[in-house]
Parts: sequence; C-alpha cells; structure tokens
Amino acid sequence: MDLDTLVEHYGQVDMLRFTTAGSVDDGKSTLIGRLLHDAKGLFDDQLATLEDAGLQGGDLQFALLTDGLRSEREQGITIDVAYRYFSTPDRRFIIADTPGHEQYTRNMATGASTANVAIVLIDARHGVLTQSKRHGFIASLLGIPHVIVAINKMDLVDYDQAVFEQIRSDYEGFATRLGFGDLSFIPVSALKGDNVVDRSERMPWYDGQSLLRKLETVYTGGDRNLIDFRFPVQLVQRPSHDFRGYAGQIQSGVVRVGDPVMVLPSGKTSTVTRIVTMDGDLDQAFAPQSVTLCLADEIDIDRGDMLAHPGNLPQVRRDLEAMVVWMSEEPMRPGRTYVIKHTTRSVRGRVTQLRYRIDPNTLHRQDAADLKLNEIGRVDLQAFRPLLVDPYARNRATGAFILIDPMTNRTVGAGMIIDRKGRAASKQSDGGQGADARERILGQRGSVVRLVDGPADQRLETAQAIEAALLEHGHLAIALGLDATPADAALLASAGLVVVLPTGAAVPQVAAAHTLTVALTDDGEHSDDTLVVHGPMEAASVLRALEAHGIFRV
Amino acid sequence: MSDYQLSNLDLLEAEAIHIIREVVAEFERPVMLYSIGKDSSVMLHLARKAFYPGPLPFPLQHVDTTYKFPEMYDFRAKVAAQFGLDLRVHVNTKAKAEGMNPYDHDSYTYTTVMKTHGLLQALAAGQFDAAFGGARRDEERSRAKERIYSFRDSHGQWDPKNQRPELWNLYNGRLHPGESIRVFPLSNWTELDIWMYIRREAIEVVPLYFAAEREVYAHGDQWLPVYPDTRMPAGVRSERRMVRYRTLGCHPLTCAVESDAATLDAVIGEMMTARASERTTRLIDKDRDGSMEQKKQEGYF
Repeated sequence: MDLDTLVEHYGQVDMLRFTTAGSVDDGKSTLIGRLLHDAKGLFDDQLATLEDAGLQGGDLQFALLTDGLRSEREQGITIDVAYRYFSTPDRRFIIADTPGHEQYTRNMATGASTANVAIVLIDARHGVLTQSKRHGFIASLLGIPHVIVAINKMDLVDYDQAVFEQIRSDYEGFATRLGFGDLSFIPVSALKGDNVVDRSERMPWYDGQSLLRKLETVYTGGDRNLIDFRFPVQLVQRPSHDFRGYAGQIQSGVVRVGDPVMVLPSGKTSTVTRIVTMDGDLDQAFAPQSVTLCLADEIDIDRGDMLAHPGNLPQVRRDLEAMVVWMSEEPMRPGRTYVIKHTTRSVRGRVTQLRYRIDPNTLHRQDAADLKLNEIGRVDLQAFRPLLVDPYARNRATGAFILIDPMTNRTVGAGMIIDRKGRAASKQSDGGQGADARERILGQRGSVVRLVDGPADQRLETAQAIEAALLEHGHLAIALGLDATPADAALLASAGLVVVLPTGAAVPQVAAAHTLTVALTDDGEHSDDTLVVHGPMEAASVLRALEAHGIFRV
Repeated sequence: MSDYQLSNLDLLEAEAIHIIREVVAEFERPVMLYSIGKDSSVMLHLARKAFYPGPLPFPLQHVDTTYKFPEMYDFRAKVAAQFGLDLRVHVNTKAKAEGMNPYDHDSYTYTTVMKTHGLLQALAAGQFDAAFGGARRDEERSRAKERIYSFRDSHGQWDPKNQRPELWNLYNGRLHPGESIRVFPLSNWTELDIWMYIRREAIEVVPLYFAAEREVYAHGDQWLPVYPDTRMPAGVRSERRMVRYRTLGCHPLTCAVESDAATLDAVIGEMMTARASERTTRLIDKDRDGSMEQKKQEGYF
C-alpha cells in the first residue's frame, strides 16, 4: 500500500473500546503486553525496557509494560484503571485495563462504562472462580454488549480441549442468568502467544478466531442507539444578537434539519433550522457527534434541558429506581442527600430506599441497611428536580448517572436506571429486554399509527392503504380491524410491527414503541405532531413520516 | 448503516469538543495552556470548533521559560494574531533574574523552577480553576492512569491515590475553594491520531516538525540544535544535518532526529513505521526512573 492509501485508510478506521478483567494471577497484564507486543503496538524504547528486564522462565515479562506507577511497580500489582492504545490495519483500540481484586469493583465498573467489549480472563488451571462470575456480572450490569471469555494458561494444562470445554460449559451455565447478547470463548496462552494474535497450532481442536482477530471483527454497528434522538444541552451559544444555538453532543439517535423537537422538561416545541459546525452546516447529525443546533422559535432553553423528537420522548421523572455501584469508603445510607449528575443536568436527590444488596459472586439478593465500598444494590431515589431519563438497558447515555457527595465533592456512586413503567404496560415476559434484538432483526422499530377523526369506514380503508404502502416498501406492517383493542396494538408494536389502528383509541405507552397520530380531517383539535391524511390516496405520507421519525433506520 | 459511521478521528473530535464545552459550562475561570507544540495546535483547533461561531470563551496561557526555539516564538505571535486570541505569557522572572538556565543547572531543577513553578504562578495570578492541557495518555507510562479531569489540591499537586472515578462521559467538576483541575481533552489521542488530524484539518504547526538542514551537534545518537545562546560542550563541533523534531520544548533540552521527512505526509509515513516513542527526544524525562510521575505530583503536567 502506498502512503496516500495508507493515510486515507487510517483516516477511515473505526474504534473499539474494550476492558479487561482478571485477577493478578490470571495473567491479564501479560495478555495485554502480549497483544501490544505482537500487534506491533510497542516502540523500540519500550521493547528495550522489556529486554533489559530479561527473561523469566524463558519468556519476556510482558506484564512490565502495563504495570504503571512507581509505587505499584514496587508492589508488583496494578491498582487502578489504565488506558492503553494500539491499532491494527482494521481497527484502533482503547483498552481500559482494570484490576480484578475483590476490592476493586469500582475500577472495573469505571473501565466497563465506556467499553463495547469485555474480556474476562479465567486461569485454565483453576476454572470458573467466584471472581470470574463477578467480572461477568459487572460487565452485564454496565451493559457491555459483547463478552469474550479468554481461558488463559492453556500451556499449563497441556492445551487440553476437555479443560476448555468444561470451563466453557460452567461459565455458560452461569451466564444464562446475565443475558449477554454476544458471549464467546477463546483458549489462549498469553505467555506463549497461543491464539492471541495468530491461531495456535497447538490447539488444532479450536476452530474459532484468535483473540485479536475477534476484537478486529466484532460487529459493533448495533451497539449504538440510533433510534431515540436525545440531545442534552451543554451550553447556550449567544455570540451575537443574530445567533442563538444550543451546543451539545448527540447522545443517541439522529436529527435532521426540519425535524420537530420538544424541549424537556418545559414541553415546548420547535423545529430544527440549522445544524451548525465549524466545517459548515449539516443536513443531519447523529450520535455521538458534537454539534450546535438552532431552532425556529425563541424558547427559553438552559444547560441541562434536553431536546428530543415529540413522538419519541424520554421519561420526565423525579422518582428513580436504579442499580447502584458504591465507590466510597463512606457507605450509602437511605435518607442521605446526594448530587445526581445525569447527562448535563445536576440535581440534588435523596436515597429513599435500599431494596436489596446483590452478591456479585452468587447473584443472590440480600437485605442490607447500607451499601459499602464496592457493593452493588437496587436503590430508590427521589430527585428534587425532574430528570430526563431512559432505561439504561435501552440507552446507556440517558440511563446512567453518578452520585456526588455534596460535602466532600467526591464521586461516590454510579447508577443505572431500571425501567418500571415498561413492565407494567406490557404483556411481554422479558420486560422489553429483547426489544433491541428484535429491532435489529426486523430492521425497524415497533410503532402504532393511530387514525383519528373522520368516518369509521374511511379510517379502515385508509388503514389498509397504509399497510399496503408499508409492505410494498419492505416494512412489516399490519392494519387491525375496528374491533381491535389498544392493548392488541401495543402488544403487536412491542413485537416490532408497525400497527395501524383504525379505532382512534389511545394506545398505552410501550417502552420500545413509537406512536404516530394520523387525522383524516383538518378540523379536529390536533397537536402539532399530528399528521393529516385525506384518505387512502395519501397513505404514502405516513411512510415518509415514519421514516422521518427513524422507525426504519435500525 | 454506513451512513451513520464515524471514524476514529471523528469520535476523538466529538469527545474532545464535549469535554471542552463541559469545562466551560461548569467552571468559573478556565484557561487553556498553550505550549506552541502540535498538541496545543490541535487542542486550540478543537476549542475553536467547540464554540463556533463564537469566540473562545477563555484566554490562552503560555508558560515561557525564555529558552524556547525562536521559530516557536514566531509561530506563537502569528497564531495569536490570526485567531484574535487572548494569549498571555508568563515567565518566572524572579528565577530568571537569579540566573536560572538549562546550562548551569540540571534539567530537573531547571524544569521544576521555570516550568512547574512558572505554571503554578500563572494559574494563581489568573485565579484559574480549570486549565486545559494537551497531554495524551499514550505519551508516558504514568500518564496511562491519568483522568480526563485531573484534580489538584490548593498547592496544585496531584495525588495518584486520590483521583475521582470517571464513568461514561459524566465528569464531576465540583471543587472546594482553592482547588483546581487540569483537563486533558486529548487523553485518548495517540501521536499518530494527532498527525492524521493535523493533515485532515489542515492545521498549521511549527515548521521545526519537518525535516530541514539545520545547525546541530551530536548528543549520543541524537542531535541538539545550535542557536546564538547555545552553549556547546567544549571540544564539540556543530554541523549541518537534515533533522526534524518530534516534540518541541526548550531548545537546549530538545533533541532532533535525523530525517528526510520534509512534508506532512512524509512525517506521517515516518510515524507509521516509527520505532521510538516521541518522549525519547526529551532530555527531562530521562533524568530518573519515574521522573514524570514525580513532576506531576509536584504540579507539572
């Protein structure tokens, strides 16, 4: 490849962030050192350090590369989150290297919060220990979409397939309770380099990818939420009288010029007129781009407000239920007040109840009076001002918060919001957990098109025309009859279908679904986001409206 | 799907802009430390993007040791004029008057006094509560654990055991009076990312990064530059060589490497096959094992 091509190529590669969890003895530092070394991520001077340190049992001491601070080197352990960087022609990687000791749940959660992939290391000689389960649990809690279990030190068990299979089976048994979307197992020897970069010849029974190849090819396109547009305002830009813009980073979803938006918590609506960047205005922008939005109307908007599409809004909530990882020596106690920092909004709030503590080794629930350092619990909170939230399982950016002690200003907890409303409204068994997977498979998001006003027979006829228009464009849609109930529509929508409901009835809110109201006459008192369709011949405008709302952009 | 792809550089840019805006939103008196080097050039460019079409809502601060390369002073003046920047320069004049220089003092003492003390003086004088720096985690081993918001006590000192956990993109910027933070928007960038971004965005940098025939003298297997105030060791001769600099600092302490890479693309080509990390050209990092960590605890970047 000539230089131009190479440079052009590097400009296009994507980024994968992964975290590694394992105890000191699992050989985690050795594995990372080996990855950096074999992927040629090391410089000569780093190599020299490695060579100066000499061989131990005939092998380079890769762990020396990653054991950072001086005091830690002296203790021979890593004690914090360290970030490392390397790239291959296919991808650029950021490693959040976190220790796996019992007392460092806090660090692991920190490293996991931004990762797409977690590598859980297991020592082949010892099998699945409680800490391996703990690592899996934290990866699941923090919503990491892909988990790779690297069964290390295969050289010390004679590369025995039976050992590998036994550990895999044990871990799979445990992991079914955690519901990972993507779980894989790789037998490796970090020290000898087996299956780290290249496939090992010493384990011909293993026909999967090497660890690096796996990291290079994990499909992360589905990890990002491009459905729910959420734009927390960071700053209001007012450099001159003729410019007023709202600066922020799109946390999820897509926005286009001309889109209607609602400002929360005020509920005022407007339209996006410009998407401003220094490189010129954009027609559309998407997560996680940092942009400045201009609106058609002069509305009072401050930092901490959120813009979203009127048909797809976050919940405006004061009461929250969340899983909380505690990170402070000073325990969390019900009744105490903390600062809740959520997106760009900081509000005070009180812990009202600790429902239970969870033992990360067994996943058992335990009654507890408080939550101590490195403990995890299910907590009720009362925010003193409303927050604009989504369940963490659906949206990592708007489902996450940190707790700050207002006296010491320390970050004392990390929270992941649990959806309560979605469960009550739905007949689904899994509380909406499978919605993302269904969306990926179907390539669309469940929705209800609700027809109002006009005579019933015309609504029915229009409903059928809308169904036909959608099916013709390859979208799964069904028009219901006049005897269908709102609950029927909600259930079908939660399964991922676009449901056209001709009865005009209000449909209960379903966590994963979007509702579009279509009026057949101009007369009625319609809200701004109601679409007017004058009969079956205009059915295609419903298709366009659904497209504009991102229903088919999955 | 492919419509919504972002490259590595796009992601790094979006993250850095987010960080810069968060600091401006949450702190009273931010300042951007400007070292004139390539990382500063990138950071300044990102800050301009963050507040476009408005002006930068904070001043830039250069801590000047008075021993920078002459080309750096020219570049500083040019950039300040070009972008209409509020660029402030601080010199530890007391130490300078007392004769502090990189020749009569060892590099550790010199940098502590002229850079670390100078920096702390400038921050105190401006009553700044947040200072942006262009440091990257890939530069040096102890920096791998540095947070994006790095907390300093009222003496500007860093305690590696007492930093706040950073989860997601939620940064805790709450301070007690007298405390401050250093902010590193380029934390996740590598040296190659910096150069690729300079290329993509056509960002101007000091010409010293590009190879040219320059007057130098040998220092081990590297080369030190010759300027009118250079004090060469006795018996050493200068010569003209094709060299370039991978980092820029005080000229008596910054080594050049032999190179033919006279253009940006040639530099990137060299980077892609580079076999030495850039800080090997800084004499100050080699004073002693773990020296960067030591300096940081005392208040240096």
